[in-house]
Amino acid sequence: MWKNLPLFPEQASSMASQVDGLYFLLVGVSAFFTLLIFVLVFVFAVKYRHTAHPRAEQIEGSLPLELTWTLIPLGISMIFFAWGALIYFQEARPPRGAMEVYAVAKQWMWKFEHDTGQREINALHLPVNRDIKMIMSSQDTIHSFFVPAFRIKQDVLPGRFTSTWFHTTKVGTYHLFCAEYCGTEHSGMIGEVVVMEPTAYQAWLANGGATGTMAANGKELFTQLGCATCHRSDTQGRGPNLTGVFGKPVQLDDGRTVMADENYIRESILNPQAKVVAGFKPIMPTFQGQVTEESLGALVSYVKSLAQPQQKAAGGAPQPGAANESN
Amino acid sequence: MATSDIEIAEHALQHHFADMDQQKESSTFGMWLFLVTEIMFFGGLFCAYLVYRATYYQAFVEGSQTMNIWLGATNTAVLICSSLSMALGVRCAQLGKTRMMVVLLLITIVFGFAFLGIKAIEYHEHWTNHQFPGPNFQFEGAEAAGVNPQNIQIYFSLYWAMTGLHALHMVIGIGLVAWIVIAGWRGAYSPDYYSPVENVGLYWHFVDLVWIYLFPLLYLISKKHGG
Amino acid sequence: MATAVQVTVETENYLNNGYGLKSWLLTKDHKRIAILYLISITGMFFVGGFFAMLIRLELLTPAGDLVSSDTYNKLFTMHGISMIFFFLIPSVPAVLGNFLIPLMVGAKDLAFPRINLLSWYLYIIGAAFALVSMVMGGVDTGWTFYTPFSTTYSNTHVIGTALGIFIAGFSSIFTGLNFIVTIHRMRAPGMTWTRLPLFCWSNYAASIIMVLGTPVVAITILLVALERLFHIGVFNPALGGDPLLFQHLFWFYSHPAVYIMILPGMGVISEVVTCFSRKRVFGYEFVALASIAIAVLGFLVWAHHMFVAGISVYAALVFSLLSYLVAIPSAVKIFNWTATLYKGSIRYDTPMLYAFGFMGLFTIGGLTGVFLASIGVDVHVTDTYFVVAHFHYVMVGGMVLAYMAGLHFWWPKITGRMYPEGWAKLSALLVFVGFNLTFFPQFVLGYMGMPRRYHAYPPEFQVLNVLSTAGASVLAMGYVLPMIYFLWSLKYGKLAGPNPWNAVGLEWMTPSPPPTHNFDETPVVTWEAYDYEHQPDEEVTVGH
Repeated sequence: MWKNLPLFPEQASSMASQVDGLYFLLVGVSAFFTLLIFVLVFVFAVKYRHTAHPRAEQIEGSLPLELTWTLIPLGISMIFFAWGALIYFQEARPPRGAMEVYAVAKQWMWKFEHDTGQREINALHLPVNRDIKMIMSSQDTIHSFFVPAFRIKQDVLPGRFTSTWFHTTKVGTYHLFCAEYCGTEHSGMIGEVVVMEPTAYQAWLANGGATGTMAANGKELFTQLGCATCHRSDTQGRGPNLTGVFGKPVQLDDGRTVMADENYIRESILNPQAKVVAGFKPIMPTFQGQVTEESLGALVSYVKSLAQPQQKAAGGAPQPGAANESN
Repeated sequence: MATSDIEIAEHALQHHFADMDQQKESSTFGMWLFLVTEIMFFGGLFCAYLVYRATYYQAFVEGSQTMNIWLGATNTAVLICSSLSMALGVRCAQLGKTRMMVVLLLITIVFGFAFLGIKAIEYHEHWTNHQFPGPNFQFEGAEAAGVNPQNIQIYFSLYWAMTGLHALHMVIGIGLVAWIVIAGWRGAYSPDYYSPVENVGLYWHFVDLVWIYLFPLLYLISKKHGG
Repeated sequence: MATAVQVTVETENYLNNGYGLKSWLLTKDHKRIAILYLISITGMFFVGGFFAMLIRLELLTPAGDLVSSDTYNKLFTMHGISMIFFFLIPSVPAVLGNFLIPLMVGAKDLAFPRINLLSWYLYIIGAAFALVSMVMGGVDTGWTFYTPFSTTYSNTHVIGTALGIFIAGFSSIFTGLNFIVTIHRMRAPGMTWTRLPLFCWSNYAASIIMVLGTPVVAITILLVALERLFHIGVFNPALGGDPLLFQHLFWFYSHPAVYIMILPGMGVISEVVTCFSRKRVFGYEFVALASIAIAVLGFLVWAHHMFVAGISVYAALVFSLLSYLVAIPSAVKIFNWTATLYKGSIRYDTPMLYAFGFMGLFTIGGLTGVFLASIGVDVHVTDTYFVVAHFHYVMVGGMVLAYMAGLHFWWPKITGRMYPEGWAKLSALLVFVGFNLTFFPQFVLGYMGMPRRYHAYPPEFQVLNVLSTAGASVLAMGYVLPMIYFLWSLKYGKLAGPNPWNAVGLEWMTPSPPPTHNFDETPVVTWEAYDYEHQPDEEVTVGH
């Protein structure tokens, strides 16, 4: 596009062209109807001006016309709805084996941590041609993770994980914006997403200065905080064995069944009494105030790693997809 | 004042209404519409209550256990009786029995104050037990019951907000009834003109009805989940 | 041309029936209350406009160099609050609705004149709270007050502003209540529902929303204030609360609120288009029912403001579908108004010019709403300038233009004077051109990715921002001119007779300005709405 006056963001994800396609259809149909109204109003206003048409003809109405201009817009709307819904379904379901990046938003910066342990602030390096899933939470207010070039946006909430995913298709550097007003430096809470060729990405990883993978950090915390005392890897513990728990349904003591996703793990750490597993007593203490958002991410990553028989390799290779990633 | 019933009505007819019928229908319709807005107003709190009760049921059980069921039940009975005296008062207005009407409305006010007095006792107890949301909130026995005290605090936030808003409406209601008592004593109403009495009655019944929902929701949460 | 009719101002009308502050501040006359509202909301409009001017000046350059970040955040917050709660929501109902509804239905006043006055006082008290908060340092939460920022992290006058909005909300509720009872119970003999002017239908529909929706935002904003005061944690996740609960409760009112704003404006358009086409509106029943449909459906779509907020996939789909449905009745109205022009006899007086502008700009605004209903696109453009452009198209391009149309149309009835037509046409042109130049570039900015509420932005967004600010200065002129010529007309405007436009409607059958009691005798209506067939078309010359 025009370098000095860009009118359109780059398409750097697989969703971008789909979103743009729907957008152009909307623009086209809207332009058509806008022009239709403008032209009709103009033509009628001129043709039937009172000097040229002194006597108005009283027309009550027309049922066929009313039905036409009700049903046709309705039909067109349903097409838009369906297409928009299809796109949304795709956006809401990250594919299996996506590379995971944890993000913690706080006033007024973005903190990223790759599964492999690299940490970044306000910059996010990613390989091209990969599915990337962001797992995000906020330390304070609501923020929103927005990359225009990918056409994705997801609010980042305190007290909960939210996630979004995208498939990178183009090498380049793209804007990252916070899109939910969060206070003084809201417009300063911006960054870059740097999408790189696989070799360049590997090189970056190697230089990253990672202090162990997230899962390894999580395992350390798991021991440090005393989780291992109750959550043993056998059935003798006072708490449930967490091997293979992630991604599967869990039966609770009140009869409900819930899915063990990121938010379930998080809630179990911070507010354990909210959901108690069937057959266990509600004796788990809360760790609220003792774990940071980053630690929560590490612990979740560790529990996820217990879902597979072998420890995953460092370097962002796709994981054997035992886990059903749900939101 | 020995004015006849008709004269009272004519005196009360406001200039922009065509006749007394139009004025009566308009004022009653207006009061019903106002009560609909009150339903929406309380509705927001009820909505918050439902959401948090579903999420933190055990905490709500714990909070509810601290409520004094006997005082709550007494208050419910007090309000129901006050609605009875109010309704009878409206009936008296309809029949032109002014003195009886005033007596019944005074009884209503007494019931109203009784309600507020009992509520004040309950509030005092909760206050001294640190069961008021904020930095001084305390709830012993939360951990023992396996419940996060923060979630119990949400129960109490809703308790104070809902019963507080209700109590505020009671105070306004008592004021309205007092106004009717004074006007009625001065002979402002007759069988041809008593819609203010009826409309204040509607308001009073509504406030009573809100309490009838609040009582089971706040005081009677059963220990067994499924409620 | 008919013979010249000598026009004089009636010796006794509502304006000169009693002088002095007390006769105005304790009035029960709906017409005087309308004037009180007119003055107040005009004041708040210029307060909001002042903030807008500063915002647009800041956005001339990419860096945040005119004001500090905190100040900027307060500017857009207070711009939104002043405009939405203290200008747009009251504007047509409280000014034109109050003045005209009793006249249009053939009544002497609204059902509850004292509550009408109370309504104005509540508005003033609410505005006072908000203004004092602004002067004492302002509020920076955004007009949407999202938690936990507004309850925990903001260091500004949230409680004062929240109380102001709370009190003003009751002003709105009482106005709506008054309108509903009046329209139901005080119509003159012969004024059946199907003979009611569409202005009444629209205000009736808007009143339903005022009555049902406003209490919810009232309790919500009260909870925010309580949470700030007592740290109770109803909406704060750090204390176990849910910030999404706030959003649901807030938008449950604030979405229907936009229909409170636009429906009365649509009512004005119906009146203006019929008068200046000299014909009955096309499809009267459909336009009337469309108003009700908008009011009902408007309550079912609130979570389309929350597609990326963390709601479930299924909830998002339901709200998306419903949001398409709510667009349809508005489209039906636009088609019906366009069809009204067909074979009409069209005049280009200023009210009609504003109506033309409305039809074009509201179409664009409404269609861009359809973009937002489509979740796939909304994910990209929500919280960007695309949304800002969308709502300014419907609110300003739609609602403000309709308000201007109404002010000009009924100015002779309200004041007994004509405004100067040449200056008015010029202002309309300035508004139309300035408006489009201000807001059309913002659609492009939004799709490109410029987020809302941004004090500073990347340099590639600058050209479009400069265009937008240029447009805003033209638009501002279009707003200032009417202030001047309307005031001028009070003393020097041509005297208008009872019906300078030869319009059909009970309000045009009283003198201009009307007497306090509106009608000497209660009218009996025997004609259909917009009976332009039997309305003489000759121009009535006005006296000097």
